[in-house]
Order: sequence, then C-alpha cells, then structure tokens
Amino acid sequence: MHEMSIVLSMLDLAEHSAREEGASRIDAIHLEIGALAGVVPEALEFAFQGARDGTMAEAARLEVDYLPAMARCAGCEADFELDNRYGVALCPTCGTPSANLWQGRELHLAHLEVT
Amino acid sequence: MSQAPGTRDVALHAHGGVDGSDVRTVQVQKSLMTHNDGVAAENRARFGDRLVLNIVSSPGSGKTALMERTVADLADTLRVGVVVGDLETDNDAVRIHGAGAPSVQIVTGAVCHLEAEMVARAVDGLDVEHLDVVVIENVGNLVCPAAWDLGEDLRVTMLSTTEGEDKPLKYPRIFKDADAVIVNKIDIADAVGFERDAALDAIAKVAPTATVFETSARTGEGMDAWTAWLRERQAEKRTAIAGAPAGAGVAAERPR
Ligand SMILES: [Zn+2]
Repeated sequence: MHEMSIVLSMLDLAEHSAREEGASRIDAIHLEIGALAGVVPEALEFAFQGARDGTMAEAARLEVDYLPAMARCAGCEADFELDNRYGVALCPTCGTPSANLWQGRELHLAHLEVT
Repeated sequence: MSQAPGTRDVALHAHGGVDGSDVRTVQVQKSLMTHNDGVAAENRARFGDRLVLNIVSSPGSGKTALMERTVADLADTLRVGVVVGDLETDNDAVRIHGAGAPSVQIVTGAVCHLEAEMVARAVDGLDVEHLDVVVIENVGNLVCPAAWDLGEDLRVTMLSTTEGEDKPLKYPRIFKDADAVIVNKIDIADAVGFERDAALDAIAKVAPTATVFETSARTGEGMDAWTAWLRERQAEKRTAIAGAPAGAGVAAERPR
C-alpha cells in the first residue's frame, strides 16, 4: 500500500510547515490529488488514521480535492478531460491520441489549518 | 527551499478553534514528492553520464529473464549494473549476478515500490564509477511505483502476452509515463490467444510517444531492436554530458 508512504511524506511536510509558522496543532490538511496519481481515497484515509497518532495532526481533518486528468491535443490544441476510468487520451474533437497530460498526476499539499 | 513572495501568506481566516484559539490558514503549495524528488535529483547527479533505466511491470511478466538476457547482450561493449527491488527474496539478484552483472538487492519488505532514497543506499553497494548502464528493476507492480522518480533517464514499462491486451488501459499512468513499452513473451503469443493488434492499439492510445518493443527473452526474438535502442540512448547521453559546459546541470529533471 503506497498510500502509507504518501501519508508519511505528507505528515513530514505538514509538521515542518506548521512549525515554521509557530503553530502548535494542525486542524486540517488540504490535499489536491490527480485522478491518475494512483491513490485510492479509502486507502489514503486508512493510512492517515494509522499514522497520525503522536503527530501535530493527531486530531486533524484530511480534506482532498480530486483533480480530473486533463490533456492537450497536439493536433488542434484543444484541452479535454480524459476518460478517467481508462486514461485513454483521445481528443474528442479530432481523435488524435495525446501524450501531453497537464493535470492528473498531482500529489499536492495545498494548505493547512493550524492553531 | 525558498518560496516566491506571496505564496506563503498566513491569513487569519477564522476565530475560535476548538479550544477558543485562532485558526490560521497556512499556504504550503508543495508536492508530497518534494523530498523524494530531491533525492532523485541527487541520484541523477551521482549517475553522471551513465544511462539509468527504471523498469516496471506486473509480477510474472518475465522482467528478470529479460534483464538477464539484456545484460548478456550488452556485455560485449557496455558494463551494466543492476539494482533489483523485491518484496522479500534475493532470487532475482542471484539470477542477474549469474548473468555476469554486478547487482545489488533492495528488500522492500511491505513497501510495494522503490523510492529514491532506497536506490541511493543500494547504489553505495554498486561500483557506479565503473559502469556504463544502471538498470533498476522496480518491484513487480503496475500501480505503486508510478509516482516515485528514482533518478532514472528512461522509464520502461513491461507487459507480457499472458497478461491481456487491455493492460495499458487499466493501468494508464504507468504506461503514460513510459519512454519505452516492452511486450514480452511473444514466442507464446499464439498459444495464449494474445491479440497483438488490440495490444498495440491500446499502447498507442495511452502512450502515443513511447517506443514499443516486442520481445521474447526465451528465444531472443526482438532483443536486437531493444538492445540497439539502449546502446543509442547510452551514446546519446554520454555525448550530451560530454558536450555540456562544465557545471551545467544536465538532465537535472526528468522531463515529463
Ligand atoms: Zn484535437
């Protein structure tokens, strides 16, 4: 379960950022995760429940925005959302397969709520 | 790491936290992979002009057999070292070692993927100075390794004819990030009812810019094209780094 590795990185980064701001507690962690980041929401929450004890985020909420996978067509330069179930990037306008995935891989710590 | 001004404003956005204290919003705006990506960049610097591959596949795709054969085929002119990531045993490293390449095993335990730090430690056990190519065999898994940059130049995703033509559609991320896709075990394609056209079509839809190789590690079919491609990439990187001005950070970041 690679979600545990992701959660441990997240807690490190969150605690470091919270300390830099002189906070004593993290109340909420806001993430942005791409549809193709390979993260299972339930597994992420489960890993978080298991790893947060003894950290500044012991009582924190985990809030996640899932971002759709977006590609740009090399043929007609249209931006389009991928069929996320399969990740096939065929331009709906001209049918060209696209390798230019500009959103969907994110594993991003956006902001914290701290006290 | 310093931040651009304005990305780190601390706003008093609410009053009265659970215990009556002020709740503040702290903008972080950083990737959870920041640490890993930093170590990957160090790995990349340390690898210098050596060509580094990160090979991902599902278990049973024949990755180790293909690497044994690849190492043996390249051995006439190139010195290849192998880093093998595995959940438990060291069978794969033993096999690679039998093929004549220096190899080092990373036992990942419960961790289902390799991370840059694991590779950094493993490389201490490999005489990188005297190598031309470093092959990193990732843990057999088509989901988990995707997000971790190890410091490689090329990501290679493998599937075998026993796995089904729709695999690229089911695991799009790992195929989308591939510089090369290998379809292995083509010697038994007919016997297992593998539909080649459907597989190539799926790869082209998900990874239109990847170079595709069809191989059999058992019969050697298709190996020439694959190893010729590796030799070209290795020469290309060596030339690029030799021609770069001193101190220039060549290939500090793997382009995506
Ligand atoms: Zn188009």
